[in-house]
Amino acid sequence: MLVDSPPEQRAETAPAPPTRRAIRGLGLLASVLVLALVAVASIAIGAKGLSLEQVWHGLFQDTGTYGDVVVDERLSRTVLGLLAGAALGLSGAVLQALTRNPLADPGLLGLNAGASAAVVTAITYFGVTSLTGYVWFAFAGAAAVGALVWFLGGSRGATPVRLALAGTAISAALYGYLQAVMITDQAALGRMRFWTVGSLSSATDSTILQVLPFLAVGTLLALGLARPLNAVAMGDDTAKALGANLNRTRALSMLAATVLCGAATAACGPIAFVGLMVPHAVRSFTGPDLRWILPYATILSPVLLLGADVVGRVVARPSELQVGIITALIGGPVFIFLVRRRRTAQL
Amino acid sequence: MKSNRVLRTPGGLSLRLDVRAVTVVVLLLLAAFAASVVLIGTGDFPIPAGDVVKTLFGNGDAGQEFIVNELRLPRVLVGLLVGASLGLGGALFQAVTRNPLGSPDVLGLGQGATAGALVMIVLFSGSAAQVTLGALVGGLVTGLAIYLLAWKQGVHGYRLVLVGIGVSAIVTAVNGYLLTVSDIVDATRALVWMTGSLNGRDWDQVWPLLAVCAVLVPLVLVNARGLRMMEMGDDVSNALGVRVERVRALLMVAAVLLTATATAAAGPVGFVALTAPQLARRLTRSPGPNLLASLCMGAALLVTADWASQRAFGADQLPVGVVTGVLGGVYLLWLLVTERRAGRI
Amino acid sequence: MSNDSTTSSGLNNRRSTVNRLSAEKVTLAYDQRVIAEQLSVEIPDNSFTVIVGPNACGKSTLLRALSRMLKPSEGRVLLDGQVIQSMPAKKVARTLGLLPQSSIAPDGITVADLVGRGRYPHQGILRQWSTEDERVVQESMAQTGVAELADRYVDELSGGQRQRVWIAMALAQQTPLLLLDEPTTYLDIQHQIDVLDLCAELHEEQGRTLVAVLHDLNHAARYATHLIALKNGRIIAEGAPNDIVTAELVEEVFGLRCQVIDDPETGTPLVVPAARKARTEARVAATEAS
Repeated sequence: MLVDSPPEQRAETAPAPPTRRAIRGLGLLASVLVLALVAVASIAIGAKGLSLEQVWHGLFQDTGTYGDVVVDERLSRTVLGLLAGAALGLSGAVLQALTRNPLADPGLLGLNAGASAAVVTAITYFGVTSLTGYVWFAFAGAAAVGALVWFLGGSRGATPVRLALAGTAISAALYGYLQAVMITDQAALGRMRFWTVGSLSSATDSTILQVLPFLAVGTLLALGLARPLNAVAMGDDTAKALGANLNRTRALSMLAATVLCGAATAACGPIAFVGLMVPHAVRSFTGPDLRWILPYATILSPVLLLGADVVGRVVARPSELQVGIITALIGGPVFIFLVRRRRTAQL
Repeated sequence: MKSNRVLRTPGGLSLRLDVRAVTVVVLLLLAAFAASVVLIGTGDFPIPAGDVVKTLFGNGDAGQEFIVNELRLPRVLVGLLVGASLGLGGALFQAVTRNPLGSPDVLGLGQGATAGALVMIVLFSGSAAQVTLGALVGGLVTGLAIYLLAWKQGVHGYRLVLVGIGVSAIVTAVNGYLLTVSDIVDATRALVWMTGSLNGRDWDQVWPLLAVCAVLVPLVLVNARGLRMMEMGDDVSNALGVRVERVRALLMVAAVLLTATATAAAGPVGFVALTAPQLARRLTRSPGPNLLASLCMGAALLVTADWASQRAFGADQLPVGVVTGVLGGVYLLWLLVTERRAGRI
Repeated sequence: MSNDSTTSSGLNNRRSTVNRLSAEKVTLAYDQRVIAEQLSVEIPDNSFTVIVGPNACGKSTLLRALSRMLKPSEGRVLLDGQVIQSMPAKKVARTLGLLPQSSIAPDGITVADLVGRGRYPHQGILRQWSTEDERVVQESMAQTGVAELADRYVDELSGGQRQRVWIAMALAQQTPLLLLDEPTTYLDIQHQIDVLDLCAELHEEQGRTLVAVLHDLNHAARYATHLIALKNGRIIAEGAPNDIVTAELVEEVFGLRCQVIDDPETGTPLVVPAARKARTEARVAATEAS
């Protein structure tokens, strides 16, 4: 997935004209509203549909009715969707800026492979069987691979190409291991095939509490990186000339992306495409300024994730489709549409 | 430095040969043959290499003849042909997309074939032949879809990669879904198929592969000169009289057919298409797509990997795809270290 | 380069025969963006034609259309009386060569090999490398002064050397018509003049027809035998530089106030931009007037 990045990521340093800034601000507000709507829909819609009053009742006047129990269950699922979606979108946006590659996503740096390999190890060799039990393994796997990629990529001298190559290499080796284990251990395959598509159905309060601190730290770190990453986007030399600290920015970005994506993957499994597509789509609206891309990606990614989750609950009633499948089924065509719409000169 | 030899006839015909490239091709063919002989000799009844060669040329005893010609030779031939097709297909993809990572895996052809095979395995519990057919159809449909979706007054290499990534994400989701709804026996069968395996391949798989290679390999090699020009950019090659769009379309179709047939026969064996052209290029040290060398490299690589997996894990314990996957990772890491030393990345 | 260049262009204008390369009422567009409409251009045979104009006026687009890189959405480009798109690709490539603005040297290719690739339109599967090919490649490298670099890798060369290698490749194509898209960009002044001298030599001594897009108006005026001034996809003026380059034309095409004097070396027009002060005053006067 290593491609010359087109010259579209030139960050603009000049402030946008007031009208455009107003439009972007309003757009951000509208996005928040959409997110709120989707969140409510995520609580109301499912195998058993709830009316808005029932949702209200369950959220604020919980008396333990059947509806209230359903709301409780869907609430933790919705909260996890919000958190994981935001984390995936944010880490994707940071990685795309860091590697100057509009196609970078957590998969490119091997984080998904790391989490998957760790989970399969947990199942086969440590006998872990509960979804909450996977979380620490998955997070540790993603973090270890993140560190390894950073180290192999040349740490301080890391360049976008080297990071991508290191990530691809480690993924390749780890997927070989993953397949070998699954072929020889049928029980592991039985569990892994559900884990690898990515799902929000594992959501419990304890899962959320496990990953919450990491998500909080990662989000703050990532949002604070907008300005230095804007400089990095213009190329190493220009960034240096502008006085940006390249090494520190790279190290912190890698850290933020790993923590965010690792925590999200640990809680829901590897969910495809959110981290790749949302920042990509956002950029076509906001332009290359990360100070806008990052907030937009943070708000719109959970819209995609929760929306996909709702769709997955509706289309296959009474059972449900995993959210990772739906995000790819929605995201794939949209992505191709975006690719086709762009003029050749920009590609 | 370059070592070109030119052969000329009085009638004005001339052939230009790169001595180093020719040497590399010959050595790789020898290596592939040697690995095949060793692989045929490997198994529950080991046969010494000398006997294998004797049997192959028709002078073996009856028992060995059965084991060699009926049981093990077809598997090795499938390995050679699949490796050759993947090596050539990979070289074509990399040349057309002008991207060293532009392999059929990235473009989603492997996933497309997998989807076809999974539909057969999971939904219809199909026979081996049906699975092969499903994979073939899946790969071809995916290849066609990617090409059509990427078409916009011509196909641009970068857009092709992007569309391929989008398509492959969709198909991967479908595959994930199929795995979750299958029962565990089918899931295991599907997983072995998805890893890429030569286990149990017989003459039925050899003939279609051989036919496809016999038609496509010469066709591709005839157009190789145009492809070589296209390395210099569309404008230069157009100016030199290459019909860029036509050559590109033709070679893409050939690459898709080669990859899809190979995948249908052995499953999406990872990384052969990616690494074979790169290794070939490093051996020949020659610019250009190095089609023939990539083809031989793919064949030698896959048979060697199959032998390694049998030696390391015992007969038919692990499919060859596991070994090529790990080898691919090691290769990329090696690339990372050496290229860094050379100061190129 | 030489003073008699102007007279040769005068001869061309008087020729009654049809020129080999021309565009008839072409409309040129990328996707939906129209660059030029109903544009007709004649390239006089045996001329050194230079196309000038401000940025984004359609110079390179016109050159791309003339070299069949861009298909006109309306109208047609004719080469030897035939619509260029309908001719066999290799036949066109033996008649008309192009040096595009951007070209990619394959990794690890040597100079001689790259120049050799220019022989493609003259080769076939059974005629891969004739003695003629060998001779022409040597000759092209000698002409462009890269013969001693023959075994070097193209990646190792300086920008000026690399540009000459690419020109050598286009020369090895042995076409009577040669189109060059900004051949002097990114070169220092000495190499710019080297390249232009080489073009003049190809034109004068070998009688090739050259068409080039140039940024520098003074270079264009000095070397061209036929100048085409383009603005917004329309031809504002064309002819011998001595006849058409005036202060009024420069102001109209480039929006720059200037003086045009005689080049002390060659007698061709030399454009000297007006001093900053004079231009500011003129701008103020213009705004007040309107």
